[in-house]
Amino acid sequence: MLVSNLEIVPGKRIQKHLGLVQGSSVRAKHVGRDFMAGLKNIFGGELKGYTELLQESRQEAYDRMLQQAESIGANAVLNIRFSTSSIAAGAAELFAYGTAVIME
Amino acid sequence: MIDLIIFLILLALGYGFGRLAESRHYTSIREREKELNVIPAIASRIPPHGRPDFDIHLVTGSVVISIDYFKRFIAGLRNLLGGRISAYETLLDRARREALLRMKAEARDLGAEMVFNIKLETASIHKGRGGSIGSVEVLAYGTAFIPHQTS
Repeated sequence: MLVSNLEIVPGKRIQKHLGLVQGSSVRAKHVGRDFMAGLKNIFGGELKGYTELLQESRQEAYDRMLQQAESIGANAVLNIRFSTSSIAAGAAELFAYGTAVIME
Repeated sequence: MIDLIIFLILLALGYGFGRLAESRHYTSIREREKELNVIPAIASRIPPHGRPDFDIHLVTGSVVISIDYFKRFIAGLRNLLGGRISAYETLLDRARREALLRMKAEARDLGAEMVFNIKLETASIHKGRGGSIGSVEVLAYGTAFIPHQTS
């Protein structure tokens, strides 16, 4: 599966557009991590736990998007965008979307 | 009285450790930026023409970074007076540069020559009391161009 956030891929032609594919994942914070985050809020610095947490859930959203693309028979996803929105206090939605295409 | 003492201690801790963390972070950012300068990150949407001998790969880098207690307090004061909040400016600057560096590091591990169509996305994660920003997440992503291994 070819995945890119470009609209066109050099040297390859798009045969067919299959439309939008998307994947999302909503995650809540973790008490232990939240405690560490509380400490870091005093001292400043990177919140490694959160970085990992968000990376994991973004990966999940991304994988779901790719699954959807595979299920409709695409062999590439182009023009991928990521977005993050906080839904409620302590929960965030990670969202990935792109255009599924068939490439030659 | 006790509350005031705790508050002052927190301010002092935030000031001391926050400054230390920031200057250390900036030193490491500068070093790594020099190292990774060989991979240009290009914000252009249009890929280079006439050279189709590249593999492409999506690369991402992200970081969640928190502001310290002292700076948050200063920023709170600024909210009354208005004007530039340099405390948040450095926070966001550090987060963006760190995210870009992580993205470039991933590109380097893949053997990429350059990274195209860079997008940066910022989200505030942890809101403190009164809706003040506690920490921000920055995600940087782009398409790495990896030259074909010619045997």
